[in-house]
Amino acid sequence: MHCLWCDQVIIPEMSWSNIFFLDKPKNLCDVCESKLEKLTGKRCKRCSRLSDTAECNDCMWWDKHLKGQDSLNSNYSVFAYNSYMQEIIAKWKYRGDYQLGDSFQQLFRNVFLQHFTSLPKEAVAIPIPLSVERMKDRKFNQARVLADFLPLKSIEIITRTDSEKQSKKTRQERLSTKNPFSITETVNKPVILVDDIYTTGTTLRHAATLLKENGCPLVYAYTLIRG
Amino acid sequence: MFNVQSPQLNTPIHENKVLNKSELSYLFSGKLLLRKEIPLTEEQFQELISSSCFTPIPSIKKKLFQPQCQRCGNVKHSLFATIPCQSCKTTHLYCRKCIEMGRIIECEPLYFWNGPNVNWPIHESPCSWSGQLTDDQQRAADRISTAIVTNEKEMLVWAVCGAGKTEMLFPGITEALRLGKRICLATPRADVVRELQPRLEQAFSEVSIQALYGGSEEKKATAQFIIATTHQLLRFKQAFDVMIIDEIDAFPYHADPSLPFSANRAIKKDGTNIYLTATPRQKHRIQIARKKLPHIFVPIRFHGRPLPVPIFKMCSSLKKDLKKSLPPKAFFKWYKQRERPERQLLFFVPTITLAEKMKAELTIRLLNEGLIKKESEIVFVHASDQDRTEKVNQFRQKKMSILITTTILERGVTFPSVDVVIVDAGNRIFDEAALVQIAGRAGRSPNDPTGDVLFFHDGKTEAMVQAVKSIIAMNKRGGFR
Repeated sequence: MHCLWCDQVIIPEMSWSNIFFLDKPKNLCDVCESKLEKLTGKRCKRCSRLSDTAECNDCMWWDKHLKGQDSLNSNYSVFAYNSYMQEIIAKWKYRGDYQLGDSFQQLFRNVFLQHFTSLPKEAVAIPIPLSVERMKDRKFNQARVLADFLPLKSIEIITRTDSEKQSKKTRQERLSTKNPFSITETVNKPVILVDDIYTTGTTLRHAATLLKENGCPLVYAYTLIRG
Repeated sequence: MFNVQSPQLNTPIHENKVLNKSELSYLFSGKLLLRKEIPLTEEQFQELISSSCFTPIPSIKKKLFQPQCQRCGNVKHSLFATIPCQSCKTTHLYCRKCIEMGRIIECEPLYFWNGPNVNWPIHESPCSWSGQLTDDQQRAADRISTAIVTNEKEMLVWAVCGAGKTEMLFPGITEALRLGKRICLATPRADVVRELQPRLEQAFSEVSIQALYGGSEEKKATAQFIIATTHQLLRFKQAFDVMIIDEIDAFPYHADPSLPFSANRAIKKDGTNIYLTATPRQKHRIQIARKKLPHIFVPIRFHGRPLPVPIFKMCSSLKKDLKKSLPPKAFFKWYKQRERPERQLLFFVPTITLAEKMKAELTIRLLNEGLIKKESEIVFVHASDQDRTEKVNQFRQKKMSILITTTILERGVTFPSVDVVIVDAGNRIFDEAALVQIAGRAGRSPNDPTGDVLFFHDGKTEAMVQAVKSIIAMNKRGGFR
């Protein structure tokens, strides 16, 4: 097995545990894996941002802005957005190196199992969609790749009508965008929205609002990175 | 992996301005491009396809079940992956090696210009360089000219460090331009491209010259004379009549099979390859010995003095000193009583981290002993240093006295009057070619044609011994005893 990032051969170290039980094959070598920065310590219970208070300023702003009617129950993220992560995401998403997504497979799944313990069984995952144009260019949806790592049924019932890149906009522009999504089916089960990055939370809230308007009882978000 | 910042042709052509085919041929001939690298409207593009000006070429070919990327030549299995393509609803292979230049995927072909050829201008007397070549340089220059005029397939110029390789090329380039040929001067290193560009622009002032490297301003590559890093050749096919590859033995050219692959593709079928090196790799030496590769040897530096021979300094406590990031005691001893203290010092270490730490320690030591006056007299430079070019230029202008560096400055750079030191010369990073090149940094100016070269080590390696042997052998061939 070669490391997906640096292409060095990964040589697993022998130990008693992997003599008797084979390890899962690793996708990143130890050096490259150690540069990923897992979010730990105190963080906002609603958006996963590192924060000393239980609720961060961002979320309080959302509360005021939405007058307490936040459609998104909470977001949970796995990694911090350091410069190394930015490089990986750039190569994965923008250059289109599909296979790099596998680097996150195990951690993304394990953290999900640890965090969402009291989730009802019928819950479904919904990946945030790409626009048709972007999909034509990129040929895969990174959010769907992530959703497929989870031990949940994933359904694609929302579509995107705009085409602009979120990452090129300023915070103000992002917050004031119109809802770019439309829905093709309704769900009456709890939903986990899956995306790669939570930055301002606007995109996820747009999707959550749409779902709630169409009869969905509860919407969580689970994202790879808290930007 | 490649670090190429953005596609070559990213400036859109104005839609209202319709280019005719001969204008288009300047933009696209000799290139191998993806659809998104061709800045034309779909309508214009389809028209050129139907008039077969653009030929689609499969981007990944399979040979005996082994796939090969047609842009970078990658055949390594771990650098191919599959993607469930959402637009074709099937699974496709894509190449992970050259993905930084835009993804090569099975369902998208590469396009090769098949329209009218470009007629490059014929220059009667393009060379405005007025310098004089030495006899040895002239001999090599004549040989290069003959190779270009008679369309020889390939030849190697083996010239010692500081023989004046660039000037030796001028007569050959002049001949090529007189015949209206297109020329590419490629080198593995971007530093060298940046150094060559002004010199060549000065020598061939009436010829269109463009320099291409990762992050260069010029991206279109429409000139008759291209100076480029070997990475940039990945987008060319049958483009050049004369391909000169400088420092053919340098990293990464000899280590990355993609680069020879694309260099071979970038040259026209009846074109001439000229390889330049001071330290040929074994592969080329064997070819020379078997007379499979025509070559010419230039044993003397342009100022006519022999190469400085490195001196070994055994330091048994080197490991201990390196742990404290200190140079060995023998270094200080030598530094205090060297013959020409006015010379600058080039200080090579094996790793970037060591360079950084050693800079701090060395500054403290030398300040304490009063050997330098200011902290700013010692500077370190490494591959990803943003101010790399600037620091090297300042050192050349003698604004500081010691430059600590890694193997990035081993070749292609000229400082007029330096002593050279390698600490931990036994490290495996310093192979024979690197050691010969580093030693060749000393004594490059006619005003100061010698210089001390010291290898501090804690045990001789084969590479060190071979390096000294080959320097002595080259001096001997140059007629020195």
